[in-house]
Amino acid sequence: MSYTIAEKILLNHSNHKSVVPGQFIECEIDLIMVHEQLGGRIHKEYEKLGIDYVWDPNKIFFILDHWVPAPTISAAEMHQDCRIFAEKYKFIHNIGMNRGICHQVLPEMGFSRPGMLIVGSDSHTTTYGAFNCLSTGIGATDVSVVFATGNLWFKVPESFKINLKGKLNKGIMSKDFILKLIGDLTTKGAIYKSLEFHGDGVKDISIDGRMTITNMVVEAGAKFGVFLPDVKLTKWLEERTDITYKYVYPDKDADYEKEFNYNLSEITPVVAKPSNPGNIVNVEEEEGIEIDQAFLGSCTNGRMEDLRIAAKILKGKKIDPNTRLIIIPASTDIYKEALKEGLIEIFINAGGIFGHSTCGPCIGGHMGVLGPDEVCISSSNRNFVGRMGAPSAQIYLASPATVAASAINGKITDPREVL
Amino acid sequence: MIDKIEGYTYILGDDINTDDIVPSNALTLRDTTEMAKNTLRYLRPNFVGMVTKNNIIVAGENFGTGSSREEAVNVFKILGVKAIIAKSFARIYFRNLINLGIPGIQLNWDKKKFSHGDHLEITLNKGLIFNKTKNKEIDFKKLPDFLTKILEDEGILNQLKKKLFKG
Ligand code: SF4
Repeated sequence: MSYTIAEKILLNHSNHKSVVPGQFIECEIDLIMVHEQLGGRIHKEYEKLGIDYVWDPNKIFFILDHWVPAPTISAAEMHQDCRIFAEKYKFIHNIGMNRGICHQVLPEMGFSRPGMLIVGSDSHTTTYGAFNCLSTGIGATDVSVVFATGNLWFKVPESFKINLKGKLNKGIMSKDFILKLIGDLTTKGAIYKSLEFHGDGVKDISIDGRMTITNMVVEAGAKFGVFLPDVKLTKWLEERTDITYKYVYPDKDADYEKEFNYNLSEITPVVAKPSNPGNIVNVEEEEGIEIDQAFLGSCTNGRMEDLRIAAKILKGKKIDPNTRLIIIPASTDIYKEALKEGLIEIFINAGGIFGHSTCGPCIGGHMGVLGPDEVCISSSNRNFVGRMGAPSAQIYLASPATVAASAINGKITDPREVL
Repeated sequence: MIDKIEGYTYILGDDINTDDIVPSNALTLRDTTEMAKNTLRYLRPNFVGMVTKNNIIVAGENFGTGSSREEAVNVFKILGVKAIIAKSFARIYFRNLINLGIPGIQLNWDKKKFSHGDHLEITLNKGLIFNKTKNKEIDFKKLPDFLTKILEDEGILNQLKKKLFKG
């Protein structure tokens, strides 16, 4: 049998001798990530089981990130509930609320490694596929099942092969590529599929950029997004973990349901128009639309690469006085690095607001909630109705470069004009 | 065991996402009954008032896309929704439905098959829907046995409980 990466990793975590797409199998989980959902719903569900242990307190990564520090009494209560649970079941990796957003912090701490099978109480758990492992989101009841047994049922997915060649041009980011891909696939085009990223083009995409891509595959419905490994990944992991791992490559004659080819040098800046991440148009078509807020942050685009390009665009300039620019790093480590590099000063001098790491505005939680009819350009991953605040607010998704360029002009702007 | 389900259709469109079903700002509410009052609040402000204990949601493509928040299934359960029929489901949403014991039926449909308020009778293990209002039989692809078993056990936690405490 020849296997795709998804088939291989699932097979390795089951007690089957072979697998085929469509098959239901039980798999052993290497790591489970949970955030506020723990207090929101998991706790209540888990109690129904009536057991006083978890299968392995060492394989649970628990973090608070969505509403930190708590902006409301109900969020604070949710956090209290989370802490009670984590202490009761003696979680070893109890990360707290001062490290940043789950999907950034977990890889930074070396917890996502090639070949692993990771699940999380969050749909963007797909992010860890940038590290040549399989990872996907599950709901509270599934989390409870994993807490109790360490196992979970999976349907073996079909895979799409995405061949990348060429290099992104100046001012174009991996965000533009993944938005384009979602636009082409549509938001339902990859439901249940595993997207495997291949080709010469991969080597020129930074780890930050790969994370942006795997983060958003779920917006096309995908179950997994996974990159082939390379030296960039080796280097990244060397700096973060001593634990050994083995790379996973697909077999040469593995079966793919579909194949797509992209030349990265042909990608241009795009935006997702309200209120669907698959609503993709070239930035030119929306240029001139006035914005009230520009948001740079989230688990999609709050990394150093993102902050650096924004700083390059904003250096020595002022944002439009009628626009707010909110910048939130994806983790505290990134915060410190931005501080060291002098980026924060550039943002503040330009008129931006720089905050501590949290999901915050991405989920309409705090630190930049949108008012009625306001227009926002955001580097996050979802522009659903009401996602960032008032249901009448309009959200455009774009790359960090486009967000920064738009903040300067107070209207949607092609970043190539200001770089 | 849920084998025959009876109820009245409530029609929804394509790409209904989890933020539509439970808006983010209702997610921190501690009381699930209170949370359920926010179901589809922006999209269908009248939904909560109109939905009855015996509704069957009939939706378009990609139902439940978005977040992993299981609240987006649980609110329907609290409101008494009996089953959800959709042209396609988002992956996590479908898992959550089955896990909580609500049948998710994937079926391509049009106005000839269902309209708002139709009286349906669903026989799960036969893969059959009888639309009493239209006097019409509609076939659907039965769920794999593996998933039917979870529904029969009224959700995966009940199933797990049985396993954990059987000996
Ligand atoms: S930043 Fe946004 S998308 Fe990412 S985990 Fe937080 S709420 Fe979810």
